[in-house]
Amino acid sequence: MVSIRSIPSTPSSLTPGDLPWIIEHREDRCTLCGRCTAVCPVYAIKLTYMRQRMPRLVLTSNERGSAFRTFVGIRQKTEIANKCIGCGTCAMVCPNSAIRPVANPMADRFRFQSTVGGEPVKRGGRRNDPAPGLLDKIIFNRISMLTDPALDAGRHEFFLNTLLGRVLSPEEYIRRKMAGEWIPPVREIFPFIIGSMSFGALSPNMWLGLLQGVAYCNEVLGIPVVMATGEGGCPPWVLKSPFLKYIILQIASGYFGWDEIIRAIPDMQCDPAAIEIKYGQGAKPGDGGLLMWFKVSKLIARLRGVPEGVDLPSPPVHQTLYSIEESVMKMIQTMSMAWNFRVPVYPKISGSNSAKSVLNNLVRNPYASGLLIDGIDGGTGAAYNVSMDTMGHPIASNVRDCYLDLCAQGKQNEIPIFAAGGVGKTGNVTQNGMALIMLGASGVHMGKYMMQAAAGCLGSEQNRCNVCNIGICPKGITSQNPKLYRRLDPDQVAQRVVDTFMAIRTEMKKIMAPLGRSQSLPIGMSDAIGISDESAANRLNIKYVC
Amino acid sequence: MCRLALKTASEPFSPFTVLQAMEAMQEGYDGSGLGLLLRGLQFTDYSYKPGDPVFSGIAHTEDALFRLHAFMQNRGFGLKYDHEYEVNFSKIEAKDRHKYILRVYNKPVAWANLSEEEVEYQMMLIRLALRKDGDDHGGDLTVFSFWPDVAMIKEVGWPLGVGEALGLDSHRIKSRICMAQGRQNTNWGINLYACHPFFIQGIATMTNGENTAFIPIKDWLTGKGFPAYVGYQSDSEVFAHILHYVVKQLKLPLEAYKHIITPLKSEELKVHPQGDFLLGLRDACRRLIIDGPNAVIGTLPDETCLLVMDAKKMRPATIGGKPGEWAIASEMCGVDAMIPDRDQSLDFQPMRQHTVIVPPDRQEFKIWSQFDQFHLPQAA
Repeated sequence: MVSIRSIPSTPSSLTPGDLPWIIEHREDRCTLCGRCTAVCPVYAIKLTYMRQRMPRLVLTSNERGSAFRTFVGIRQKTEIANKCIGCGTCAMVCPNSAIRPVANPMADRFRFQSTVGGEPVKRGGRRNDPAPGLLDKIIFNRISMLTDPALDAGRHEFFLNTLLGRVLSPEEYIRRKMAGEWIPPVREIFPFIIGSMSFGALSPNMWLGLLQGVAYCNEVLGIPVVMATGEGGCPPWVLKSPFLKYIILQIASGYFGWDEIIRAIPDMQCDPAAIEIKYGQGAKPGDGGLLMWFKVSKLIARLRGVPEGVDLPSPPVHQTLYSIEESVMKMIQTMSMAWNFRVPVYPKISGSNSAKSVLNNLVRNPYASGLLIDGIDGGTGAAYNVSMDTMGHPIASNVRDCYLDLCAQGKQNEIPIFAAGGVGKTGNVTQNGMALIMLGASGVHMGKYMMQAAAGCLGSEQNRCNVCNIGICPKGITSQNPKLYRRLDPDQVAQRVVDTFMAIRTEMKKIMAPLGRSQSLPIGMSDAIGISDESAANRLNIKYVC
Repeated sequence: MCRLALKTASEPFSPFTVLQAMEAMQEGYDGSGLGLLLRGLQFTDYSYKPGDPVFSGIAHTEDALFRLHAFMQNRGFGLKYDHEYEVNFSKIEAKDRHKYILRVYNKPVAWANLSEEEVEYQMMLIRLALRKDGDDHGGDLTVFSFWPDVAMIKEVGWPLGVGEALGLDSHRIKSRICMAQGRQNTNWGINLYACHPFFIQGIATMTNGENTAFIPIKDWLTGKGFPAYVGYQSDSEVFAHILHYVVKQLKLPLEAYKHIITPLKSEELKVHPQGDFLLGLRDACRRLIIDGPNAVIGTLPDETCLLVMDAKKMRPATIGGKPGEWAIASEMCGVDAMIPDRDQSLDFQPMRQHTVIVPPDRQEFKIWSQFDQFHLPQAA
């Protein structure tokens, strides 16, 4: 039967009330300056002509009873491509507080129409689960008071650093030292690490700001912070600079950026902090990196050795991968050899039931320098929504299992486990990190938290913004468009990086001092933590407290 | 809080004199127990032959005593001397004590061909097997030590009272070293195994203060799979095991103990003459870093005594004395009580970098600083 076209209602027709975010606009305050429409990254609002009836009293019969006025107003678009993402940039620029996005309190209908065009939803950000995570529920309850005095967080000297690198058993260390044999490289670093975010995912200004902040932390404050690059290499000037020592270079399945890196090796002034081999990522396990064409600018194309404006999906696995033994042996050894065995090389995997198998393999590999496990709450610049929301393994039990496994073998000091994925998701970054450390991690990586804290990333687990994948970041953090990233001042980002690490350092002391710990990072100090969830306590082998 | 007293003298003395020093320090502890370790034994009614293993423990039932006897006999140990304490059971708080055991044995003939190291290992296994036997029978046998020239006593009660109850005031046992600790069960149930000093293969330590890094250290030591790294009824037991690990397993000099439990900072190691070696050692032994607040007093089989502090130095300890006779105590009044006729101005309280070592000749004590070089046999 032929449908009626006169009523504009298609299956995908939506009203503003059907969308996840509804624009609340006050016409009485609006001066029609147009700033909101100019900055909206998804063009969700439009200035439009509208007609208003002006009723009036009619005394003579030859006049009409109503008049109309035409005015310019603001309306929300309801097309799928232009649905409001809730970023609130409009509210940020409005001089009169006349506009803001409001989360739709009802279940939106948009979610059923988001696949128009046959393409599932892709986005950036984290798993959309705004509830406080398990890490937030862990409390530190071994308080020093009388049997041993509490320490003074402000006046005592604290040793907060951790080790990144293969540590030999004491017997083997002494044997090799006496025999003059190779001792694996070990870095003393701050246990909160800026997690891998690629130069393609982040804007040049963001990257520069992070690096400036990291350099300041190291060189002025004495906090040995390191940052990881993610896949996609590193600008050549950084590779040849003395700042390379603060950088963990990542190699992933696309090998993007490694031409530049290998070529720069002869000109490097110092070694990188470490090499991270990415086999998996918490936000999108089983997926490779995904830099969408929007972000493949001239600079990025040059660094990665590809044409401009093409999608850059990395394969899910390394093409050389035949088996874990072979992969670990071949890649770790090759990367170690590239820097003459002076640089720690460690794999990054997504949280998984199989993490223990990977770990046990690494224990037997003399060149493996650690293991980074990225849990389900990890963030990413681009992934399919279904991967992000439903694939992966929470980090806490994964790290705990691996640590206890190492303890059983007496190897917990030899292979450091680093944890990532949702650290600081609800803002409790130090608490989350220290909880993971006491569960057995040697340190934590945090990516999304750094974007939020250092650059004001607007993304949230209510699916706010989360458009990092298409390069329209309204803050200029994850965009390659100069018009957008010039909004971000690298100096201000650097300042916030420094603020963040200074605050973390103080909070670490405020956690460690009451526990009576100051001489070494309390890795695996599981007697100090408790949780009011009995099943979680049993699972993590920590105290149930109520 | 725990109170510690150690006396070492070239001439054997009665442990009761050390208990009197404990009494001098009485204000500082709750008198909940006593742990004694005697080294360099001398009995008034028996001529002890150095090298003969001595068993110390408590049999709580006749059955346990019988099992001990049978166990030792089956393994070829000949009983040479069975010390009878003059016990006044009415003065002992606990009611399940059957016999305090201090027995000297002949080594089995089969051990004649074993190396010294193997003999030490076997003695340790005997101690562990007997301890397990007691545990398997409802804890009816408590085992403290099985080692040449070492006797141990642990009991609940006021230290001087325990000494009197066991008849130590008759001075029938004397020793060249006596370690004593008045125990407080800070956060553990009453358990004789939780009482200091702790003993492993001739090495003994006692500690005051609580070890806040206990769990990670315990986890690491347990993971080494060494049969005697067990127990841990007290957080302080790990200090003895770390000392054992450094001296016996890693075979490093005594000075390395301090570098392992309280390593220097990276910037300090960078300018240290052995910084390269020590930095790596710190990393390799990172899980053995103690966090205090502790003062650790220890003795070795060769009668060397030592005193170290944690890096924050939040627990006191003093050494004082004169050539041939030295006392270490957690309180100065304890040193006064043990060796009153000394030059007090030469008393010493170690700082965070110091290890105080009294060598076996007891002529003087050595203050060794972590910033100084020490002798490493072949390394670095």
